[in-house]
Amino acid sequence: MKLESKIPAGPVADKWNNHKAKLRLVNPANRRKYHVIVVGSGLAGSAAAASLAEMGYEVSCFCYQDSPRRAHSIAAQGGINAAKNYQNDGDSVRRLFTDTIKGGDYRAREANVYRLAQVSTSIIDQCVAQGVPFAREYGGLLANRSFGGAQVSRTFYARGQTGQQLLLGAYSALSRQIGAGTVKMYTRHEMLDLVLVGGQAKGIVTRDLVTGEIKAWASDVVVLCSGGYGNVFYLSTNAQGCNVTATYRAHRRGAGFANPCYTQIHPTCIPVHGEDQSKLTLMSESLRNDGRVWVPKDKADCTKPASEIPEDRRDYFLERKYPSYGNLAPRDIASRAAKEVCDEGRGVGQVVDGKRLGVYLDFSAAIKRLGESAIRERYGNLFDMYENITGENAYRQPMRIFPAVHYTMGGLWVDYNLQSNIPGLFVGGEANFSDHGANRLGASALMQGLADGYFVLPYTVTDYLAGVGLTGRPSVDAPEFKAVVKDVQDRTQWFLNNKGNRSARSYHKALGKIVWEKCGMTRDKAGLEGAIRDLQALRADFWKNILVVGSGDQLAPELERAGRVADFLDFGIMMCLDALHRDESCGGHFRTEYQDAGEAKRNDEQFAHVAVWAWQGDGQLPVRHTEPLVYEDVQFTTRSYK
Amino acid sequence: MVKEHDNLDPRGEQTLALRLRVWRQSRGAVGHFEDHALAAVPTSASFLEMMDMLNEQLIKEGKDTFAFDHDCREGICGMCSMTINGMPHGPLPGVTTCQLHMRNFRDGEMITVEPWRAKAFPVIKDLAVNRSAFDKVIQAGGFITVRTGSAPEANNTLIPKSVADEAMDAAECIGCGACVASCKNGSAMLFVGAKINHLNILPQGQPERERRTLAMVKTMDDAGFGNCTNYGECQAHCPKSITLDVIAKLNRDYLRARVKEFFSSTGKPRKGGD
Repeated sequence: MKLESKIPAGPVADKWNNHKAKLRLVNPANRRKYHVIVVGSGLAGSAAAASLAEMGYEVSCFCYQDSPRRAHSIAAQGGINAAKNYQNDGDSVRRLFTDTIKGGDYRAREANVYRLAQVSTSIIDQCVAQGVPFAREYGGLLANRSFGGAQVSRTFYARGQTGQQLLLGAYSALSRQIGAGTVKMYTRHEMLDLVLVGGQAKGIVTRDLVTGEIKAWASDVVVLCSGGYGNVFYLSTNAQGCNVTATYRAHRRGAGFANPCYTQIHPTCIPVHGEDQSKLTLMSESLRNDGRVWVPKDKADCTKPASEIPEDRRDYFLERKYPSYGNLAPRDIASRAAKEVCDEGRGVGQVVDGKRLGVYLDFSAAIKRLGESAIRERYGNLFDMYENITGENAYRQPMRIFPAVHYTMGGLWVDYNLQSNIPGLFVGGEANFSDHGANRLGASALMQGLADGYFVLPYTVTDYLAGVGLTGRPSVDAPEFKAVVKDVQDRTQWFLNNKGNRSARSYHKALGKIVWEKCGMTRDKAGLEGAIRDLQALRADFWKNILVVGSGDQLAPELERAGRVADFLDFGIMMCLDALHRDESCGGHFRTEYQDAGEAKRNDEQFAHVAVWAWQGDGQLPVRHTEPLVYEDVQFTTRSYK
Repeated sequence: MVKEHDNLDPRGEQTLALRLRVWRQSRGAVGHFEDHALAAVPTSASFLEMMDMLNEQLIKEGKDTFAFDHDCREGICGMCSMTINGMPHGPLPGVTTCQLHMRNFRDGEMITVEPWRAKAFPVIKDLAVNRSAFDKVIQAGGFITVRTGSAPEANNTLIPKSVADEAMDAAECIGCGACVASCKNGSAMLFVGAKINHLNILPQGQPERERRTLAMVKTMDDAGFGNCTNYGECQAHCPKSITLDVIAKLNRDYLRARVKEFFSSTGKPRKGGD
């Protein structure tokens, strides 16, 4: 596998501008002759589709939801970072850059991160012009708040619904182009394969979820913005439909998958309450500004109501272990600490699978200090949401929280141009791997999605198209397309015909349990090796006993689920393999063998690289390649929050 | 609504036995209700998790599942859309179907589950409907025209906090369509009014204010949505508690746009389009 990062030469601060000046252009009159396929309509996909269409390309955009406005970017709560320095508190592009590199535990690509920080300011301008109603100060200027992992206030927000408002902004730009006829939008279409012609990405095969029609689409370039793979864990904060299929299918056609073991576990989610649960709900990280996290010191107290446990019998474990950051310790660290106390048997709440998996997030001190109305003003909507889901009033008793899978830093490998190792296949947003290293900082995902979609892909896709030239894209009648369509049809038919006895959901649950236990917040060699064996057995069972009800000619949720679970099963094995071969701890990847008294211990000598996996065939384990991470500008340091 | 329950599952959680009457309809065919019994539903489950349990039970029996729309399951994507006991999103005010939990139902209760009922939202299958008419309304004018890269510095435009807050109140709409489903006229005016309010009160939205309003209203009418006659059901069922005043403001802006259009018309076709 050829992995050329194509990082431009020169000082890190000049790379993007110099590179942009050298990228090739396409004559405006010729742009409409090129067809661009964009898969996914979240922040990256909508922004890229709208921007490319504005430039004059013929764009087709696909999403599995009933409207592009439903993409899961919509659920992001907290905010979006930008190095505007409106607060005069010492922020700069350089500081956002170094914070992000450090937050990613020195496993992100330096040049990409610098570019991200650079374009962050343009994103805010763009969104405000679109009418995104960001929070404002009384003088009419934009407001900011602080967020985890930074010492400056650089986060822009729209109440607790920043992702919703940014997505609706990108959706409005996309809608304008759909209305103008420059983007053809295909909703309720799922990409089920990628088509290569002469080694280049030249189209996709989709299934129309309403009619069941399997169809090939030819294009000059394919842009995947299909999101992350957090649902491999079954229970996560992802939407139900989020899946790895688009990226995994591209992987099977030759695209390298980078760092699949980097997953982010968010510390403040509502705990699992039962076997039939389908979803974990995130409570904004901002709650940790006023809530104190604790568990009983003594196991015997775990069954008592919180109000009956006196102060001296409570263990405020984050304040105890990290006195300087306390309850505001970064996500990965706070998550692991909560798991640790629950593993000791000191968790609270309902017993699920023989364990109490929850810790208290207690607002009583803040309510006493500031009054209930102040807390209601700050977090009212979150307290309401909590009560909706749990039936408990968090003004009267502490919330119970537990970490949950939230975001995936790994993704398809891309070069500096966001092009994968397959020419003509570009990848943006959470679907690629490039900017967050081994741990993402809060309010950075929205920034990256929009940076890729608005300000990077329009330039780099143009450069690619200029290089390809108007040689004419292949016809969907070409043998390459026919072969892939047949593959997809055969697979679909196989699912519908198989006389099994077990539902896709039950396989998904079993898969999630294995990877959560063995490849979740902590990992170790023996556990990972066992997980790979268990997953291989589960996969074999799946391909024998899966039962898909419904018919292929109309909406068939079970068919959709079976296809996605099949890819998640393969993917789960690759994720465990990646975790097994990364013999170090970094960011969200915590191998218990590699630690300094509970803190992640990196091995920069041997593992300052991107691990990129190449597909080898059905039933074969993928092969690991590497791209060394060269730091020209920043120095390695150890993250410490004590 | 929470009642004492006698049934406890092995972990001590209260459970419900339910009778469900669920709408079944294939694409292009006539629909009908199907009755099912479902036991041991934990009160902590969400309504959609209860539907998952029903579907798993159907799979065990080798029968087709009920198709329904859902995605984020945290009340923000706007995809879930069930009419429960005659009420879009069910009996609890201010929540989506996915945020409705089974503790709001009684043991032994009969629950009727239907799709959105509206002319402009045809049924695709079972409980899933086609809401693309909403997208068409947005495509007609629910945007501010700004090309990528052409935006001015964000803080060059001062927007009073009260205006930004009011825009945000309207922008919270999740486009689920409960307003249409709850309205006797199948009117989309709460949805359209919310978007008009969001964009028409912001300074950035002024240049296209009249054009936007006229185009969105025309597309809304063409899509088969009815008119508002002040029933107020939309406000009662909106999961984001968007209020009727957005409709009043939509009417005002529409009138204003029509009047301006009338007086600015010279009878000659304009140069450079509209």
